[in-house]
Amino acid sequence: MLDLLWLIPAAPFASAAVLLLVGRRMPRKVVATLGVVSIAVSAIVSGLVAIAFIGSPPPGNAYDQHLWTWIAVGGFHPGIALYLDPLSLIMTLVVTFVSFLIHLYSTEFMAGDEGYARFFAYMNLFVASMVMLVLGDNLLLLYLGWEGVGLCSYLLIGFWYRDPANGRAGQKAFIVTRVGDTSMAIGLFLLFHMLGTLNIQELMARARADWPVGSGLAIAAAALLLGGAVGKSAQLPLQTWLPDAMAGPTPTSALIHAATMVTAGVYLIARTHVLYEIAPAVQLAVAIIGAATLLLAGFSALVQTDIKRVLAYSTISQIGYMFLALGLGAWSAAIFHFMTHAFFKALLFLAAGIVIEALHQEHNIFHMGGLRRELPVAFWAFLAGGCALAGLPLVTAGSYSKDWIIASASPSPALWAAAIAGVLLTSLYTFRLIFLVFFGTARTPVSKQPGVAEQIPVWVLAVLSIVGGSERPAYRPFMAHLFGATPKPPEALSTIAAAAAFFTGLVCAWYFLRGDAPATNPLARFWYAGWGFDWLYGRIFVRPVEWAARVNHNDVIDSMYDGLATLARFVWRGLALTENGKLRWYAAAIAGGTLIFVALVIFL
Amino acid sequence: MIRDSLILASVLFALGLAGVLLRRNVVFVLMSIEVMLNAAGLAFIAAGARWQQADGQVMFIFILAMAAAEVAVGLALVLALFHHYKSLDADEASRMKG
Repeated sequence: MLDLLWLIPAAPFASAAVLLLVGRRMPRKVVATLGVVSIAVSAIVSGLVAIAFIGSPPPGNAYDQHLWTWIAVGGFHPGIALYLDPLSLIMTLVVTFVSFLIHLYSTEFMAGDEGYARFFAYMNLFVASMVMLVLGDNLLLLYLGWEGVGLCSYLLIGFWYRDPANGRAGQKAFIVTRVGDTSMAIGLFLLFHMLGTLNIQELMARARADWPVGSGLAIAAAALLLGGAVGKSAQLPLQTWLPDAMAGPTPTSALIHAATMVTAGVYLIARTHVLYEIAPAVQLAVAIIGAATLLLAGFSALVQTDIKRVLAYSTISQIGYMFLALGLGAWSAAIFHFMTHAFFKALLFLAAGIVIEALHQEHNIFHMGGLRRELPVAFWAFLAGGCALAGLPLVTAGSYSKDWIIASASPSPALWAAAIAGVLLTSLYTFRLIFLVFFGTARTPVSKQPGVAEQIPVWVLAVLSIVGGSERPAYRPFMAHLFGATPKPPEALSTIAAAAAFFTGLVCAWYFLRGDAPATNPLARFWYAGWGFDWLYGRIFVRPVEWAARVNHNDVIDSMYDGLATLARFVWRGLALTENGKLRWYAAAIAGGTLIFVALVIFL
Repeated sequence: MIRDSLILASVLFALGLAGVLLRRNVVFVLMSIEVMLNAAGLAFIAAGARWQQADGQVMFIFILAMAAAEVAVGLALVLALFHHYKSLDADEASRMKG
């Protein structure tokens, strides 16, 4: 069964290729069928592979499928090879399954769109790249998937390209993540140069053998990879692109900018966790970045007015939790939170999509209200997703994963306090959103009820958001093979504190955050603008570059070639003067030339 | 002896060249060319006399024949030029200007 592994990336990739080439001439039904069935194949195959893997674990608890050698140059021969272990298995399962649900949802959500085939082609390509990223057994293949998902993210953010603002948002996402990707590429060069391989397992073994804990090279390599992770996962200081990425269609936001791609950074760090164990300083930096990001984004989410931007900041904040867990060495907790987060955040985005669709593309939550009775599907979905996001204790999946992270933070009081404060913030902004959208008075009439293709994914994800955390007792030993058995942190105090924070947030949101108009005090405006990062980066990076481009409007390098052309023209003018058609002038030139030659012959 | 002849030949050649460069009338230009040819011929004769070789005189005969041919072609060109421009001014025929 395990040898079917190659089908998981191959099916969506083949479908994407077909849709890109001939999708425009296919009827919509065929496009939708092809787009969804290819992902269904992936999801089913990964389910079968998971059953086979868990039922009879292969030796070493890992399965390597070498397909072919990609490049062979000297000692460098990365293969197209897939590596399945508990970590990549969980990631693949979640990615393919959530992708399948979101593709199903998209068949209805994008039904009226002229770029129907284009949309499914990009989405399928995204899934193929993401699975490649997760299953790649060497860092080069991972990097291929990494860039592939980045490309699809760019294409899908700017999907409605007629509006230049969408194109700009896509460019911003691409360029900002490019900063991280460059750092990651340098990290790969460093690792290959020092350790002579890019195969992840060999790399980790050699790093552990060659580099002592805290050595400079380990710190440099871990920090460079962290740069890539920070860019892709929208963490401080490269988080500015994600809120703008909401310009894409809502299923894209659900799949790429909430559930899967943005957690690639978490996956990268978990995959190379050995590096971080021998570079404790960088690991501490990961925890601090996570804690700072989760608070920063939480405050920003509190004052947003666009329903999708609230969810975007919430995503940044939740990935902050994952980074916090990674920084604390709670690798399994981070991946567990990735899984539950994929369920409830995809659910929230899909429900938000239903709301936006029902209200004629209305994004402003202050123009919504009272949708509880008119859009019951969206309401219950939002309630389930929101409770999971904020961590309703004991009931929802989100609380299990988050409590695990908070409990892991208990050795460090500052990080623990940040995590608890994050729970309070999450609860505040989540219930502010729910109360504003679904309670109070209706401000915009509902024009469309979701159809079956939109409801099924929402219900499935709602159930998963509630029960998705219950397999934790089985999950912990499953991951222990990979990350080593970590002692279960004492959770009682953390759970009580998190529960208190959750209910405080809920009550405060009910009493203080149901106003009719957005807050306008300076602090709220500051948070609304994402703590001024856009302004700051605009001043530090964008303006100087634009200024330099303006100054260098006539390219300095070009002036050299322009100079050559001017010289040639000048010489041409001079020579043209001699061609004046006057016989006597020519005769004089001949006589003068002869005189010069004779003089040269005589005197030299 | 040879020195005086060569000085005379050079003077003649320079005079002929000056004529070619300074006169605008095509007939005079042709006549100046004749002077230059004869200067060259004089130099050959002088050299042949100095070294007691017949080659100098052979070259002079050759120049003489060539000059006759040149005058024939040249005068024909002058006639055509005059026919075309109604003028003997060499600078009139400057349509080959670059």
